[in-house]
Amino acid sequence: MDNVLQTIGISKRFGALEASRDISLTLRSGEIHALIGPNGAGKSTLIAQIAGTLKPDSGSVLLDGADITNLSVAARARAGLGRTFQISALAMEDSVLQNAVLGALGASGRLPLFGAALAKGEIRDKAEAALERVGLSDRAAMRVGDLSHGQRRQLEVAVALTLTPKAFVMDEPMAGLGTRGSLGLTGFLDGLRSEAPILLVEHDMDAVFALADRISVLVYGQIIATGTVSEIRAHPEVRRAYLGEEA
Amino acid sequence: MSERSFNALVLLGLIAFPLWALWADEPFLITLATRAVILAIAGVGLNIALGLGGLVSLGHAAFFGLGGYAMGILASHAQMYDPIMTAPILIEGTKSMPVIWLVAIVVSGLAALAIGALSLRTSGVYFIMITLAFGQMFYYFAISWPAYGGEDGLSIYVRNGFPGLNTLVPIQFYGLTFAILLIALALHWQIARSPFGLALNAARQSSVRAQTVGIAPFRLRLIAFTISGMITGLAGALFADLNRFVSPTMFSWQLSGEIIVFVIIGGVARLFGPVVGAIVFIMLEHVLGGLSDYWHIYLGALLLGIVLFARGGIIGLIAGRGGHG
Repeated sequence: MDNVLQTIGISKRFGALEASRDISLTLRSGEIHALIGPNGAGKSTLIAQIAGTLKPDSGSVLLDGADITNLSVAARARAGLGRTFQISALAMEDSVLQNAVLGALGASGRLPLFGAALAKGEIRDKAEAALERVGLSDRAAMRVGDLSHGQRRQLEVAVALTLTPKAFVMDEPMAGLGTRGSLGLTGFLDGLRSEAPILLVEHDMDAVFALADRISVLVYGQIIATGTVSEIRAHPEVRRAYLGEEA
Repeated sequence: MSERSFNALVLLGLIAFPLWALWADEPFLITLATRAVILAIAGVGLNIALGLGGLVSLGHAAFFGLGGYAMGILASHAQMYDPIMTAPILIEGTKSMPVIWLVAIVVSGLAALAIGALSLRTSGVYFIMITLAFGQMFYYFAISWPAYGGEDGLSIYVRNGFPGLNTLVPIQFYGLTFAILLIALALHWQIARSPFGLALNAARQSSVRAQTVGIAPFRLRLIAFTISGMITGLAGALFADLNRFVSPTMFSWQLSGEIIVFVIIGGVARLFGPVVGAIVFIMLEHVLGGLSDYWHIYLGALLLGIVLFARGGIIGLIAGRGGHG
């Protein structure tokens, strides 16, 4: 199977703390690969290195076979990495539609000084289609600052969709959604994997078990196990280190 | 009242007031209005960096001063019939406004490009400090450069010319500056609605957001900063022509501060914010300045009131929260 996104031996230290220890991880085409682990295990650090906000001390990140380790965040996005954030990073004063259009503009790679950003055309169609897919069409004119927490999460996903990325990296998309919202998003992500594989960091274990093709368990900066849902459920070390504590 | 109709009212006032002053034979009031319009142009320039880009530049006097000196140097050579340079090519001074404006725009644009390229690598307080430092560099250079008057500045005897107009007639010069203000406002409006403006404004709100969709904020900000410097530079050339005098004070950081202050008073990122701010600033200066030398204390109180109670400035108070223009 081909690896769309891959980390090879990523390591990162903060002083004495080894936040990532020789992490090798693959995201295959068509799959949802969940990354789980207790708080402080180093999930966010790993995601930051994949997305480009942190540079690993050693190791490399490959997207579609190309080494992107030394690319900036923006260059990685242009290369096809679609990311959503644990804490919404949206243009809060702008409208929902403007945020989606921003994504479509970024994907187009052109930001002319003439014309209108919201003019009817390819860019706007793409933005509206993405909003439609996450169910935010009727909120298009609302200010993002006035959206509920869950709607902002949906918008994060919509903006990532406008990039038509090769791979998604989603940092806790379910957090704070509530049962109904969480179920809705689960159904949506389930269908999304056929377009581009998803590396999913998630605390909501119901969602993880419902969605993931494979799960990797991160503990103290190290991946202690990777496998299917049933393999991970049965894994003695995982039960002791993680599931045992919470379940 | 909607922002749009308030803006229309302001424009109407800017047309009616000088016409009334002309009718009442009060040329000084026309000159006062010209001063407000020129400061408004400088503010429109700053507003593109500050309002749309979120770049708090405390060095915009550098561009204002460069525009002023572009006018001063070109015109002083022309009035002395003394070429600026003879080798390798002959460059003569000029008394033609369009040529002076072009030079002012190009020179301040290049300066903004260089200053922006260095200072935009920082952000927040560091950005403010670096732009301030660049402004002060120009200030001290102008003071210590004897060739063009040093501390005393440069006087120009006759206002520069514009084809088909007599620029010495206050209302004609006013009309010229008013037309330039309209062009500057149109430029701001277009930038704000363009794809570039959307990205610039998004990068101001969340740099991470812009990067995550593949947009590098640095380039956007550099372009905005350069355009901003060009417009403020053009305002500097007009300001120098209004006073027929250029001095290092045009480079002073107090002037950078004043531009920021009146943009905030009018409404940051609002299309007409700098216009309203400049009018209020000139009115306060004229009315209160006649009562007391310490009129800035009232300006300070007004600024404090706006910052504490009306974040959208005067336009925000009148038109409420809202978009750009």
